Amino acid sequence: MRHVISLLLENEAGALSRVSGLFSARAYNIESLTVAPTDDPSLSRMTIVTSGSDDVIEQITKQLNKLVEVVKVVDLSEAAHIERELMLVKVRATGKDREELKRMADIFRGRIIDVTESAYVIELTGNSTKLDAFFDAIDRNLILETVRTGVCGIGRGDRILRI
Amino acid sequence: MVVTGAEVVVKCLQEENIEYVFGYPGGAVLHIYDELFKQDKVRHVLVRHEQAAVHAADGYARSTEKVGVALVTSGPGVTNAVTGIATAYMDSIPLVVITGQVPTAAIGLDAFQEVDTVGITRPCVKHNFLVKNVEDIAPTIKKAFYLARTGRPGPVLVDIPKDVTAQRCEYDYPRSVAMRSYNPVVKGHQGQIKKAVQLLLEARRPMVYAGGGVIQSNSSEKLVKLVRMLGFPCTNTLMGLGGYPATDRQFVGMLGMHGTYEANMAMQYSDVLLAIGARFDDRVIGDPAHFAQVPRKIIHIDIDPSSISKRVKVDIPIVGNVSDVLDDVLRLIESATSRPDGEALAAWWAQIEEWRGRDCLKYDRASPIIKPQYVIEKLWEVTGGDAFVTSDVGQHQMWAAQFYKFDKPRRWINSGGLGTMGFGLPAAMGVQLAHPGSAVACVTGEGSIQMCIQELGTCKQFRLPLKIVNLNNRYLGMVRQWQELFHGNRYSGSYMDFLPDFARLAEAYGHVGITVESPSDVEGALQEAFERKNELVFLDIKVDQTENVYPMVLGGKGLTEMILSEDL
Repeated sequence: MRHVISLLLENEAGALSRVSGLFSARAYNIESLTVAPTDDPSLSRMTIVTSGSDDVIEQITKQLNKLVEVVKVVDLSEAAHIERELMLVKVRATGKDREELKRMADIFRGRIIDVTESAYVIELTGNSTKLDAFFDAIDRNLILETVRTGVCGIGRGDRILRI
Repeated sequence: MVVTGAEVVVKCLQEENIEYVFGYPGGAVLHIYDELFKQDKVRHVLVRHEQAAVHAADGYARSTEKVGVALVTSGPGVTNAVTGIATAYMDSIPLVVITGQVPTAAIGLDAFQEVDTVGITRPCVKHNFLVKNVEDIAPTIKKAFYLARTGRPGPVLVDIPKDVTAQRCEYDYPRSVAMRSYNPVVKGHQGQIKKAVQLLLEARRPMVYAGGGVIQSNSSEKLVKLVRMLGFPCTNTLMGLGGYPATDRQFVGMLGMHGTYEANMAMQYSDVLLAIGARFDDRVIGDPAHFAQVPRKIIHIDIDPSSISKRVKVDIPIVGNVSDVLDDVLRLIESATSRPDGEALAAWWAQIEEWRGRDCLKYDRASPIIKPQYVIEKLWEVTGGDAFVTSDVGQHQMWAAQFYKFDKPRRWINSGGLGTMGFGLPAAMGVQLAHPGSAVACVTGEGSIQMCIQELGTCKQFRLPLKIVNLNNRYLGMVRQWQELFHGNRYSGSYMDFLPDFARLAEAYGHVGITVESPSDVEGALQEAFERKNELVFLDIKVDQTENVYPMVLGGKGLTEMILSEDL
């Protein structure tokens, strides 16, 4: 089962490698991992998308909690939550494709943030399936380059991850 | 007071009342060594290899309640120490390892004797630090000791670049530590404890399974009180030996791969199992699916939540310090009005006695060749069962665990988790320094002892009168045993074609060496060794080459699928 695990950790050198090292050392899956400082610059917030049986997920959260620099861990996918991912897609945009790509970007509520004679860079946000769907909606031969941030997530309503 | 970083390091060690630092100097730690030279409160023990420095600090920590300290230089100093650090990590031993690093400006430039110490050691430490500012040394060392000894203990490494030890700063050792990200649980959940006690009082075939957590938390007396109060059988893991007195009738022996028949059977067929500071590892319960075939309720007390329900699902998890949880358990049982069903318990004990009647540790006592089990039995007799015994890894380790009946905690010092050959001799050095005047034996084999034999030099320099009991069977015995059982007697790489004359080797280091070749000489040789109170005596005992350790649960098999010596 896919799980989205969110954690707060000390914003210190090496904290990221402790987390990623834990996943490789114990042979846990990582689908994506994103991390950045929070409004409190001494803390980083990390979102890890992983998969495994209930037993494995239980071990993952326990092992993460055990890391000295980890302050708090929650499994966001245990309850209502929102996931978002940002993607930048560079596409070949010439001739009639220019109009078609513009229209697709609009339908997906994306924005064209760079324009040259031959290419667009389209910015898209959404959950991962929406971003995947964009690939299916356009002519794949036009894709020059893509970059995705990986999932970041947050609990709905009163579910708050803070110290 | 303005001092150098190196002075800060030494002052911190003084502040922590560290008696001994086990170490080996080198370029990156020269400033620290210079400060050690200028004082006499913290004594430095010069080992002959960095692995031994960490093992010695480890032996010191295991045999006391204190944190062991090792000091090594950068690069190869660190890589040599890694085996020692990993050994301590697997067995949750509190250590602070201070390592030198190349100067800050040289880090990352492939400098001479540079390795990424924090990176290399990350998976085998509880935590590690790279100190980049001289002002951070004292708070970091304070944190290191705090982390090492609290919660589930473990080794903590502090890496200090050479230039940082030369810089100057105001010295102030913090009085306390607060870390928002690290708050180990102490007290257990009261509701869970209540449920556990209820279950214990209703048990009809109870079993107490206690591991190294009992030793670490100094809870032996509480364990004994609990087991006696309830009249339950008790087993100890390899790491837990001495946690419950082995000569007591309620003790059913060690469990696991080479555990006793009665301990393994009672584990499997219990209806209520109380696990205390143990972790159901692969060498303890074998195949977890086989273990789960018999329905039973499991109560698991452990300070580390990740040890609970890792390999075996438990019914009542209790996260907390074993000592605090046992206090609560004892209080509730004392005030309870009911007691376990006496008839059911009597029937259970009758069953256990029947299992015990199999005498699973029997061996050929009439053999004209020295049996290794006989040597350990005699060692136990000669030392009155009161020695500190370290071991290396292999058959001799299992025989020592089976036949030396440890009645006290912190007397049995061995590498249980990592299984590190070469551990025994340096660990014994740490034990002897912590307990001058006490009898310290290192039970080893001719394979293991050669992995750290250079430490005979350290023993001479620091006058450590260890008694080395070398069960010499001219084979890497445990490897040979597996090859006999699984690989058609093809003894690939397990026979040593050349061995030194160990007695003369010991003499070359200035010690006493005795070779023993006949069963009738064993007791006398042991007596002589322990009578020589101020000398290290190396007993090279030529034992039966083909003796195997039984009972044995083969890898991947169920706990009750044991091979007994009588089956063969």
